Amino acid sequence: MSLDFPATPASAAPARGETLTGAQAVVRSLEALGVTDVFGLPGGAILPVYDPLLDAEKIRHILVRHEQGAGHAAEGYAAASGKLGVAIATSGPGATNLVTAIADAYMDSVPLLAITGQVFSTLMGTDAFQEADIIGITMPITKHSILVKNAAEIPGALAAAHHIATTGRPGPVLVDITKDAQQAELEYSWPPKVDLPGYRPVTKAHGKQIIAAAQMILEAKKPVFYVGGGVIRSRASAELLALAEQVGAPVVTTLMARGAFPDSHQLQLGMPGMHGTVPAVLALQESDLLVSLGARFDDRVTGKAALFAPDAKVVHVDIDPAEIGKIRTADVPIVGDLKDVLVDLLAAVRQAGASQTADYADWWVRLNGLREQFPLGYAPTTDGLLAPQHVISRIGALTGPEGVYAAGVGQHQMWAAQFIKYERPNAWLNSGGAGTMGYSVPAAMGAKVAEPDRVVWAIDGDGCFQMTNQELATCVINDIPIKVAIINNSSLGMVRQWQTLFYDGRYSNTELSTGHGSVRVPDFVKLAEAYGALGIRVEKEDEVDAAIELALATNDRPVVIDFVVSADAMVWPMVPQGVSNSFVQYAREHAPSFDDDLSETGRVEDDALAADLNGGNR
Amino acid sequence: MAHVLSLLVEDKPGLLTRVAGLFARRGFNIQSLAVGPTELEGLSRITVVVDVEDLPLEQVTKQLNKLVNVIKIVELDPAQSVQREHLLIKVRVDNTTRSQVLEATSLFRAHVVDVASDALVIELTGDSGKAKAFLKILEPYGIKEIVQSGLVAVARGSKSMTERVYKN
Repeated sequence: MSLDFPATPASAAPARGETLTGAQAVVRSLEALGVTDVFGLPGGAILPVYDPLLDAEKIRHILVRHEQGAGHAAEGYAAASGKLGVAIATSGPGATNLVTAIADAYMDSVPLLAITGQVFSTLMGTDAFQEADIIGITMPITKHSILVKNAAEIPGALAAAHHIATTGRPGPVLVDITKDAQQAELEYSWPPKVDLPGYRPVTKAHGKQIIAAAQMILEAKKPVFYVGGGVIRSRASAELLALAEQVGAPVVTTLMARGAFPDSHQLQLGMPGMHGTVPAVLALQESDLLVSLGARFDDRVTGKAALFAPDAKVVHVDIDPAEIGKIRTADVPIVGDLKDVLVDLLAAVRQAGASQTADYADWWVRLNGLREQFPLGYAPTTDGLLAPQHVISRIGALTGPEGVYAAGVGQHQMWAAQFIKYERPNAWLNSGGAGTMGYSVPAAMGAKVAEPDRVVWAIDGDGCFQMTNQELATCVINDIPIKVAIINNSSLGMVRQWQTLFYDGRYSNTELSTGHGSVRVPDFVKLAEAYGALGIRVEKEDEVDAAIELALATNDRPVVIDFVVSADAMVWPMVPQGVSNSFVQYAREHAPSFDDDLSETGRVEDDALAADLNGGNR
Repeated sequence: MAHVLSLLVEDKPGLLTRVAGLFARRGFNIQSLAVGPTELEGLSRITVVVDVEDLPLEQVTKQLNKLVNVIKIVELDPAQSVQREHLLIKVRVDNTTRSQVLEATSLFRAHVVDVASDALVIELTGDSGKAKAFLKILEPYGIKEIVQSGLVAVARGSKSMTERVYKN
């Protein structure tokens, strides 16, 4: 099998059969694979690799403060640029500290290469110092993993890992290299022979299925393009735009797909799901045809899956055959790379459209009505504190669509998905599937390394920030001037919201004492300053824009803005967990009226509540 | 419903863990598992019997196919394949029952592979039905121990699974 590697400059091409140590071969192979940036932290079992890394001219190694930071930084690097992200750690605890990031990359299909040192092969299995079976530990959360005990296998293992991580449905690949393999010598040559007989991702779809899908799209009365993160991973946004405009059907972009289709576009209904817009949620729910593009019918999108879009037929396009039919049976299953499939689909629609035109006029009347009646909005706070939604929308407005926004997990993540307007893919980074608190700061760091000319924001929560803020040190030392907006509501906000709604306001262990009226431990401004970053505290609405502008103007160091916001602000709309999406609530206890008779559910029906959002805040 | 899946896999360290772990974490129940080398060096064959309905079965095979070291998967229809289990049974005998047990053994075309004064070890190969029937016959004499292999199976006819993969 011959792999398509990035071209190696002739000057860098090693002489055939050059004798190198395994460690040197690791560095050479990464260079040959086109890797220019890696994130890591050395330790005993990976020490040999760090020696030649010191002299590597083509690879920038960024020394993190915690291996989880290296993992998320590599993810952010990959998500912002589409390139492979690389993280390096030592054996044992170094490797296990990567586990959360690997799991995160697995859930969100991020091309990640994790390289770990392993104890001497002769010591494996003896409970040696810093020994952990990291291959075994990560088996359920990697696309593949390779244990290397022989130096000669290093170039082939890294080439295979690169290929597997970046092709098909991308994902994390772990290469665990014993210390003796790093120290031993090999005859290095590039490219190595890579034989992967069991790995053949399908990229080109069946023509018959494409024609069937095109036919269904034209015949449907209420179709929706249900767009998932696959469109971003396959870099198919332009192809999606062309198809959507040709067809004129509405588009919803999931949490993982924000930016895959421009928010400013007339066909865009917003994000579907638990905290999706009412038009997006109900468009899916009332649809007669879901055209699922690189989406996986996640429970946060479908609500109770058995009741999801009950009248819809499904065209399901995915590069991973296992996603098709996993949750929802597909009427037309299409396995392939969206970048190719969407082109084929557009051609098929054009061809079929010569004799037949789609008519979605009634559908748009309904959807435009929903858009008008239930625009995305938020209520002013009642405690005089900042509205977090206002802060986030101002960050988006002042920074613009060319920025990169990496969120943590929780309320601020949902608001950042809702209130920043995304116009391009790879602008929105978040931990969608795994929901990893602490993703934001290191991911933003990685994104800034990949895209140094872009403004990169970490939109973080006070809880999330405290999980990985040590990487501010990495940012300061390595001149990676990210901007961190802490949406500080002094609590684990999303958990607190659920406690408000479903646990009678019993706030068990969600107070973090970082915000207004608290002891402020830690004081985020002082913390930022201690790290050598610019720290700013914002407590009033009229200070918001000036602080954001100061952050945008400050590029000689990272900036941390402590936005002290109301703890009572909640994320709306919301579909309560485990019920049909028909029960979407626009604001607390305010649900849109619906054609079907749902009165037996006890849901509050009220047409006049559209303008009254105060129910959304306590 | 029980389905027999035959997997052609690369013989790599941890392969069995990958396959077994996948079944466990996706909630699929393995009834029987047999692993062994094939006619090609570096390739192993796993025969797994899994008890699922048709739709989850599709998910099982799709997930298995995602394992990089899994080269090919086929489901073997009982009518179109030869399926065998291998049993070693230690049964109690005495001077009065020994001849009856030997007679049953011969009727089932099984073999005695070890003889003690008060017990026999009998080897039987056959499909699940034959194994069950034989055990039922032996039961009254007192079965002391049963050791059973996983089911192995091969498609009838001249074609081979490796041939289909490596035809060029």
